[in-house]
Amino acid sequence: MLQWLPENVSTFGQGVDDLFHAIYWLTLIVFILVMGTLIVFLIKYRHQEGKKADYIEGSTTLEIVWTAVTTVIVFVLAMFSYPQWNNIKSPTQFPDNPDVVVQVSGKQFNWDMTYPGPDNEFGTDDDLELENELHVPVNAVVHIRLTSIDVIHSFFVPQLRLKQDALPNRFINVWFEATKAGRYEIPCAELCGFGHSGMLGYLNVHTQADYDAWVQERWPQ
Amino acid sequence: MHDNEHASHDHEESFIRKYIFSLDHKTIGKQFLIYGLIMFFVGGGLALLFRWQLAYPDQPLPIIGASQQYLDEGEVVTGADKMWERIYESDKEEWLEINMPSGVITPEFYNMLFTMHATIMVFFVVVPILVGAFGNFLIPLMIGTRDMAFPILNMLSFWLAVLAAIVMAVGFFVPGGHAAAGWTGYAPLSADPQWTGVEWGQNLWAISLLIQGFSSLVGSINYITTIINMRAPGMTFFRMPLVIWSLFIVAILLLLAFPVLSSALALLIFDRLAGTTFFSATAEGGGDPLLWQHLFWFFGHPEVYILILPGMGIASELIPVFSRKPIFGYRSMVYAMIAIAFLGWIVWGHHMFQSGMRSEMGNFFMTTTMLIAVPSAIKTFNWLGTMFRGSIRFTTPMLHGIAFVSMFVIGGLSGIYMANTPVDIFIHDTYYIVAHIHYVVFGGSLFAIFGGIIFWFPKMYGRYMNDVLSKIHFWLTFIAFNCTFFPMHILGVGGHMRRISNPQQYEFLMEPTTIKFLMWQFEFQGFIGMNIFITMSAFTLGFAQLILVFNFFWSMYKGKVAEQNPWQVNTLEWEAPTPVPHGNFGQIPTVYRGPYEYSVPGEESDWIPQAQPEHAPATGGD
Repeated sequence: MLQWLPENVSTFGQGVDDLFHAIYWLTLIVFILVMGTLIVFLIKYRHQEGKKADYIEGSTTLEIVWTAVTTVIVFVLAMFSYPQWNNIKSPTQFPDNPDVVVQVSGKQFNWDMTYPGPDNEFGTDDDLELENELHVPVNAVVHIRLTSIDVIHSFFVPQLRLKQDALPNRFINVWFEATKAGRYEIPCAELCGFGHSGMLGYLNVHTQADYDAWVQERWPQ
Repeated sequence: MHDNEHASHDHEESFIRKYIFSLDHKTIGKQFLIYGLIMFFVGGGLALLFRWQLAYPDQPLPIIGASQQYLDEGEVVTGADKMWERIYESDKEEWLEINMPSGVITPEFYNMLFTMHATIMVFFVVVPILVGAFGNFLIPLMIGTRDMAFPILNMLSFWLAVLAAIVMAVGFFVPGGHAAAGWTGYAPLSADPQWTGVEWGQNLWAISLLIQGFSSLVGSINYITTIINMRAPGMTFFRMPLVIWSLFIVAILLLLAFPVLSSALALLIFDRLAGTTFFSATAEGGGDPLLWQHLFWFFGHPEVYILILPGMGIASELIPVFSRKPIFGYRSMVYAMIAIAFLGWIVWGHHMFQSGMRSEMGNFFMTTTMLIAVPSAIKTFNWLGTMFRGSIRFTTPMLHGIAFVSMFVIGGLSGIYMANTPVDIFIHDTYYIVAHIHYVVFGGSLFAIFGGIIFWFPKMYGRYMNDVLSKIHFWLTFIAFNCTFFPMHILGVGGHMRRISNPQQYEFLMEPTTIKFLMWQFEFQGFIGMNIFITMSAFTLGFAQLILVFNFFWSMYKGKVAEQNPWQVNTLEWEAPTPVPHGNFGQIPTVYRGPYEYSVPGEESDWIPQAQPEHAPATGGD
């Protein structure tokens, strides 16, 4: 089933995919064991003439065993998940000194990308605004200031394994590092009105040379 | 045993008093059941409409849609074309013309369809049937009392629910259309008409849910009071059937959760009509859209358990009866339900993992959410333990009970993916969550509802439901359900967002994919084929439900007459004569034992009713 996952192109995506696979195998095994047991019971203990059911009220030992085993599995899984989650979502753990900072602002029904320009400050004359086109270099740390000007949107890049809601009047920091050049879609993942379906931006991941050329073209020095 | 003959000494009541404004808990329960079944068809029909759009985006609907010739050249070919011709020629804007010109569903209408599908299914189908119908019908009968503590409140609860349904129905026909902000009604989308163009639709949605909230509140007060105060002599808490435990716990959840939704809805109405800014994002207003999400999900997650716990209760009745064995671990089943109800209050944040909450909070909510796996596992293993060394009868209610357990296992396991924060980043707001909720609420609750209806039908109407039709309905539903909802997991893994009206707008959902399975290779053109398959299965699933409803009403009058206790069950409702008279019992029964004394060693019969005195000769097995 996990063959359907889109190709991963981010540094943290592999961690997400590994957990995905781990849970997939865990749940698949549990499912097969439980369903197998159920089917065996249904066949073996079906009603037969002259055979009475056994009077069994329960077993404290078994209750303790399956409570304990499930609890342990849950905590082990949680332990492996905390670092991945913090790595992606905790601003204190973001890689410092981003190579690119962009403000992405959702609006019905487009993504507005704002580059701060060479002075690295938003709200100055050298800012560049692009509609639905985000340009970043490959293998570089990108920081996004995510916001919205109307309703809640959600910034989703399936190949980056990244999703973050964009809220009006709030700036949420997001980071990623793409590992493969290409053009990827940025759908909106949160219902935002009648144009929600088809609200689509593009993430253009360039090689460093291409990106430099793009910067040169936009801000000639 | 007492003589049941002189139980029916109730006076003749007028038709209105007996069938419309009835104070009898059994009639109110049946009213809720029929109410829920009618709404089930409305909610299901809406789903089929948007399933068509997902499989064949922007193509006219079958039967009522215009033909291709008409769309291309304006040539009237079919009867539907004639209808559209007439609509377009008329001066006034007709409902069909606005929502589906030529039979093509507009994006606005699509949003309204899935919003109302979920709203109706959650608030007008599953809760009214599980809590309203089964709660009302079963509680007094199973704890051994004559009626609810507050019969007038009980009647009020039903008629408030009718009023809520009428208000909700009116919303479809007001200018601007019905609510289209999702059943979760996220602000600011829902809070300001400028973002959706929906005016009174959203207001009526909120008002209707407020009324439905009062209905639930009144009902839950009644249930709690009745269960605490009116149990038959000897019916201790730990001799109550598990379905009563589940309804008791759910009534407490409803009592505590619904006021939170009601206050959120009241604030939403103020925002929309009085110009307040509780959920507005503007800096000067001082409100916050996330406040809505917190209030909604603080109600919403207990609500999810309100939807599943009575299903668990019903399954816990069906499985021991038809395995002829005591329920495995009765007390741990009760404690597990209490644990689920308690955990339900501290997991709401998992609906908001991607909303920008602090990552520490994400870790907290992930841990509490995954802990729900523990009581869920306890319950599943106990159901398996109940079947272990049993003598299983494959009656239709039992088939539904088994289906409940297996579908609940899938729904529970898929929940672990959603609970896991890193994985959730990817599958949040995709079809994975759609698959998950339907496995829990359809695969879980609805199979329990179907099983419960067939199981208690003889007590409700004195007749059996037709077993052939019931079996056909079961197998068609079981297969079509899995064909409809299992592939949605795969859509979710592919990143297919929920609530989009046209998946073909996205390249990554249209990419050719090769899937290897063992030695086979399958070629897919993205998710087009899978969406069509899901839609076909959904139509089959919808069709199968017609069998159930036909069977239900037909059997009411023509079904085989049932004896007093056709399934040989221990619990008290089967002590009452059939049909159950006003006042239920001639003489209130005394309870001597727990509800699941099946196949007791040394006893001749394999069941001992709760009301059978000790050392009395066995009456069972006749």
